[in-house]
Amino acid sequence: MDILFKILIDPFLQMGAMPDLFVQTIWDGFVTGVLYALIALGFVLIFKASGVFNFAQGIMVVFAGLTLVGLYEMGLPAPLAVLVTLGVMFVLALAIERVVLRPLVNQPDIILFMATFGITYFLIGLGELIFGGNPKQMITDQLFLPRGAIEVKMLGGFVQFQKIDIAAAVIAVVMIVALAVFFQKTRIGRALRAVADSHKAALSVGISLNQIWVIVWFTAGIVALVTGIMWGARSDVSFGLQVIALKALPVLILGGFTSVPGAIVGGLIIGIGEKLGEFYWGPLVGGGIESWLAYCIALGFLLFRPQGLFGDKIIERI
Amino acid sequence: MSKRLTVLGLAASVMASSLIMAAPQAAAQESVYVPLFTYRTGPFAGSGIPIADGMHDYLQMLNERDGGIGGVKIALDECETGYDTKKGLECYDAVKPKNPVMVNPWSTGISLSLIPKASVDKIPVLSMAYGLSASARGDIFPWVFNPPATYWDGLAMIIRYIGTESGGLDKLKGKKIGYIYFDGGFGKEPIPLFEQMAKEMGFELKLYPVPPGEMQNQSSQWLSVRRDRPDFMVMYGWGAMNPTAIKEAVKINYPMDKFVSIWWPGENDINGTEGAKGFKMLNWHGIGTDYPALKDIQKLVVDKGLSKSPKEKVGELLYNRGVYNAILIAEGIAQAQKITGKKVVDGSDVRRGLENINLDEARFKAIGLPGFAGNLQLTCKDHNGHRAAFIQQWDGAKWVKMTEFIEPLPEKVKPALDEAAKEYGEKNAGWPKRSEACDKS
Repeated sequence: MDILFKILIDPFLQMGAMPDLFVQTIWDGFVTGVLYALIALGFVLIFKASGVFNFAQGIMVVFAGLTLVGLYEMGLPAPLAVLVTLGVMFVLALAIERVVLRPLVNQPDIILFMATFGITYFLIGLGELIFGGNPKQMITDQLFLPRGAIEVKMLGGFVQFQKIDIAAAVIAVVMIVALAVFFQKTRIGRALRAVADSHKAALSVGISLNQIWVIVWFTAGIVALVTGIMWGARSDVSFGLQVIALKALPVLILGGFTSVPGAIVGGLIIGIGEKLGEFYWGPLVGGGIESWLAYCIALGFLLFRPQGLFGDKIIERI
Repeated sequence: MSKRLTVLGLAASVMASSLIMAAPQAAAQESVYVPLFTYRTGPFAGSGIPIADGMHDYLQMLNERDGGIGGVKIALDECETGYDTKKGLECYDAVKPKNPVMVNPWSTGISLSLIPKASVDKIPVLSMAYGLSASARGDIFPWVFNPPATYWDGLAMIIRYIGTESGGLDKLKGKKIGYIYFDGGFGKEPIPLFEQMAKEMGFELKLYPVPPGEMQNQSSQWLSVRRDRPDFMVMYGWGAMNPTAIKEAVKINYPMDKFVSIWWPGENDINGTEGAKGFKMLNWHGIGTDYPALKDIQKLVVDKGLSKSPKEKVGELLYNRGVYNAILIAEGIAQAQKITGKKVVDGSDVRRGLENINLDEARFKAIGLPGFAGNLQLTCKDHNGHRAAFIQQWDGAKWVKMTEFIEPLPEKVKPALDEAAKEYGEKNAGWPKRSEACDKS
């Protein structure tokens, strides 16, 4: 009986007793969710255009962050370092298309998936070779990102909003809107959607798959850079970040592999869900449940919507 | 085509025969093989790199300055484990055929896996201030060494310090102490003693585990700290966990002078973090390069380009921790040479050597490190020393020593350690009784 009380009643009593902490948990979950959504977005972009599950998205986040800080440490001014990093990500996209994707065209998806493992280990090695294994501090001030926190007194306590978290949320929203406009309103965006719908049909109307792949991988590289900057500012830019990127997996399970809105909503559900779970229910089992709770949340949703949040219901007639 | 194949075949046989010719020459050169398990890559590289550099550079300096130890060169070898137990075991299998005189796992997980192998393979395991605390019992673990203090000693020293800060150990009654830890072998190691102390001293213990995959995503744990408001926070972290925990503590305005860590954070983990001033941690050795041996490292190793460390990193906290580890390696070998009278010693000899380490003030001075650390004497029964450590505090730019050496609480630690050692023997059926004779010291 006691255990049922602790699971079903006590957490809600705690939410009522300390509403400021409840709001704080939701906010922390929201920010984490936004960052998960950004990572998931990188996966979705590539999956939509090429049907490849890009395992290397996590290391792309680390590589982009390390390149930025590394270039700054080499003496480049921060804005120039950002531009050069974007250039590096473009060259990377070009190289991946030429060296990995083009020779493997028409191969089964699993081969392309395994190829992204190869890209992952290549980028780990290259990153460590060039920048070393030491974690680096993100150049927050030089990028004009805010520091400090805003404390708002509310609900009998206070809620703290880190300025960098607010900036992360704003930048993520701008990024998502920009991507949406790019997909919906531009010629290249329409071509991308055509490729996502059908490679053959896209080819038949003269869309170059190779060009599209470069654009998509480059866009995923831009997303990776933004994620690297934001997450790096919260802790450090280290190779540990690539593990966090795997948190995008439950987000994708939940939101669907091809849905941009799915990545965003899925990210927020996972982010907020895992923070609430860890904070209110974690102590019941000794804490540290975040790493697997995200998958439980995703699986729970799938029981009711097997096609994911925004996926189409698949009806097969026999 | 066949001509080309013949040429290739000839070239291959010439190379093979030259290798065979070279092998006896290499064997003839007297050396002791010391593999270093290191991690310069992955999420733990921030902690692993300075330690690897410190270990390597001190031993390399002995090779350059003294021609090795007792006239025998040290054959140094690094194996990258990435702090991964599986890779650590692969490293062990790779170095075992080369007859290492000891292994330095640099991971509690790897140490735990190597403990049962040590006595079988006759290769001592040196897990300096980490690993299984109970392995301090030399009568039960003759092949394992974990000087100069166990994780349990470390915890006892922290509790003792917190007690002093609170007005006495008895004043801890009713207090709340939070423990944020790496949710793996290393972080879990002191929990049994922590729980026992909480029961005996009457303080409330709050646990905040950080899963390995969440080291850079700790906001939930620190939100819980904000809710629970512990009077003190104790941390056992490593790698990317440490800088993130310090940043998160600052974020929730946790008073940094109430935040005390075991001996693993380094300058890299805290430097540049605004608001981290006041953070405290245990340490037992000197920082900086103001020692003749460190100057020799700079002159003979770093300046000659034989080190992987940038010059400005020499003498940092974790670099010097690596140096301390290398001192133990060198002393173990030197003692083994002294006991056996042999120049080229093996694992069995070095096990005896480690049991006879006696680093007193005079010895530290003799090796060019006067006042570097407190005395350490290991014996047949005591493979740890249970030496005292001091608290140092971050002043915003550097570490400042703020207490004298704090002795651990032997009356608490020893019975718990004995019990844990006994339990280990019982759980591992057929754990051998010590058959190795003790040397008269």
